[in-house]
Amino acid sequence: MGDPNGSQRLLEIRGLYKSFGAVQALTDVSMDVPLGHVTALCGDNGAGKSVFIKCISGIYQPDRAEVTWEGRPVHVRNAHDASSLGIETVYQDLALADNLDIVQNMFLGRERLRRGILDEDHMETAAAETLASLRVTTVRSIRQPVGSLSGGQRQSVAVAKAVMWNSRLVIMDEPTAALGVTQTAQVLELIHNLRDRGLAVLVVSHNLNDVFAVADRIAVLHLGRMVAEDRAGAFDRQSVVEYMTTGGVGIKGPSSTDAGREG
Amino acid sequence: MTGTDTEPPIGAAVKDPTAAKGSTEPLLPPEITAQTLGDYVRGLVLRVKSGESGVLPVILSMVIVFVVFWAVSRHHVFISAGNMVNLFQQSAVFIVLGMAEMFALLLGEIDLSLGYLGPLGGAIAIQIIEPGNAGWPWWAGIVLGLLGAALIGLVQGLIITVLRIPSFIVTLAFSLICFGLILKVLAIGPYSGYPSTNGIDRDLRYLHNLMWANVTPAASWISMIVIVGLYSGLVFTRDERRRRSGLVAPPLSLTLIKIAFFSAVGVVLVLICNLNRANIGKLQGVPFFVYIVLGVLAMWTFLLHRTRYGRYVYAIGGNAEAARRAGINVTRIRTMAFVLAGFTGGIAGILYLSQNGGMSNNVNGGQLVLYAVAAAVIGGTSLFGGRGKPRDAILGALVIVMIPNGIGLKPNLGVQHQEVITGIVLLVAASVDAISRRRAMSR
Repeated sequence: MGDPNGSQRLLEIRGLYKSFGAVQALTDVSMDVPLGHVTALCGDNGAGKSVFIKCISGIYQPDRAEVTWEGRPVHVRNAHDASSLGIETVYQDLALADNLDIVQNMFLGRERLRRGILDEDHMETAAAETLASLRVTTVRSIRQPVGSLSGGQRQSVAVAKAVMWNSRLVIMDEPTAALGVTQTAQVLELIHNLRDRGLAVLVVSHNLNDVFAVADRIAVLHLGRMVAEDRAGAFDRQSVVEYMTTGGVGIKGPSSTDAGREG
Repeated sequence: MTGTDTEPPIGAAVKDPTAAKGSTEPLLPPEITAQTLGDYVRGLVLRVKSGESGVLPVILSMVIVFVVFWAVSRHHVFISAGNMVNLFQQSAVFIVLGMAEMFALLLGEIDLSLGYLGPLGGAIAIQIIEPGNAGWPWWAGIVLGLLGAALIGLVQGLIITVLRIPSFIVTLAFSLICFGLILKVLAIGPYSGYPSTNGIDRDLRYLHNLMWANVTPAASWISMIVIVGLYSGLVFTRDERRRRSGLVAPPLSLTLIKIAFFSAVGVVLVLICNLNRANIGKLQGVPFFVYIVLGVLAMWTFLLHRTRYGRYVYAIGGNAEAARRAGINVTRIRTMAFVLAGFTGGIAGILYLSQNGGMSNNVNGGQLVLYAVAAAVIGGTSLFGGRGKPRDAILGALVIVMIPNGIGLKPNLGVQHQEVITGIVLLVAASVDAISRRRAMSR
């Protein structure tokens, strides 16, 4: 696994540039995110990981980029464009309302109506199905307020909210940053579930334990440039650290972005 | 997560492996977890022990205040039918004003203008109906009064959301502006200063009757049976449908207890109101304002719990950033909340006008609005946003009205005590809210 040649193409980015005034945040970044794979995006603080995913999810506009989605060129102008393509982003702070219950959070902003009135029965059934399909079974009641959930459960609800809308690509920003050991295991399991459903998952992380536990493919950003992108098997911990910190070619250097790997 | 093929259904008692070590299971509202009545009672006791007491403190304080005044009032006049109806009447304005305030509180905002904005609606209404001025029909006056109040709510909402000025400051400023406008409006026409609802004019009588007329005892019974029947039918069919579809629903016994409780409240209310409470002649039946209060309650409960708009109000109060990212137009929802607060305040203002038999130029809006906030908070609405229900205002207003009422009936307990006691009750209620919140967060 991990070889994009044998997998379905989904998102391909070529030559993405983004600057904020005089600061060049991203320079000539290219990346493939194939279906049915977990792609990890690594990089030190300030490498441009957040800017990059915000460019993908429509929050920022890249200065220049060729983006193709399932082989077709697309232009993502805003977050709405991204979600209509099937791109959902789970941010680090999860964006859940603690006072609302799980169903209410999962449907927030996209409530189902029946004769103008909230269709609670329909929403509850659909939410329960999504959670069950992700094998999220530890919540006591789907009607409990999100404020009463553990960190791992909250992450699960945020992911379930993202995958409920026929999404093809789920972007997760530091999904395990605030979690303990068992909760982290729960979230990594969830990421595997998403991949097994055939979705593309892009995980932003600088926790190498998690990256090697979950990723099929690894891409490393250094000072706004993509310095390495390959199968996870082509890296070891040492080489990823070297790429992250120096951007330089390690001892066991995998090919960089310009190598001819077309997915 | 087990990853086995036999997946337990959501809600099955699976131990959460991610739960923090040593902490007890999160205490959930027993309505959503209980399978039987026994479960429900056990869940309720657990929650009360942990500080998540919900509506219990306000009911408890109501019972205490009630029993104390029953015991100390001369000839137990506190519980006479006449005084019970008095209590309802004195609380009506605070109930409706409290529901108006709730729209701001649910968003984590506050509306300090309502004490004058509401009466301004009343002043507009009576001046339009007053035969010496426009002399328009009663309903036209009421509609224009409410529209005027809603319009000022809109202006406030736009200043708060578009210019991003804190609601505390904007509504404080508008409280002064509205007082000035009341004086302006009252200065118009031959009855300047104090337009009264007394007199023989038919349209003015309608205004007067809002607070002072009763429906006949027979109509009281019929309307009570219709209202309780409708409510019971709705609750029963909804709970039954959800139980049958395997959705989260309370056990049947709990549904029946809920229906029995509301039926009992309805019967007791009508029994009290149907007693003759006049010293001379006859005065009986459910007062008209009871239906107005119930109508406002039903309208806003429906809006807040059954529509998208209401869902968004709670979402913004809970996490405005999450609401914004979910694509909710936060500015519009917040602005609309101030419009609804103004509109509801206008209803309260018209009831205030009717209760006082006219609109005076020395209306004490400062006290009115603080009592409205107190009613909502004592009833269990959070000052931090996202938590509260329209019914909270009813329970809270009854408590804060009982105190001055009871002290008034006990002449050797000076009037100076009533503000102190009301203040202490408010302090306790706000503390319960803040402490239970802190406990929930530290868990």
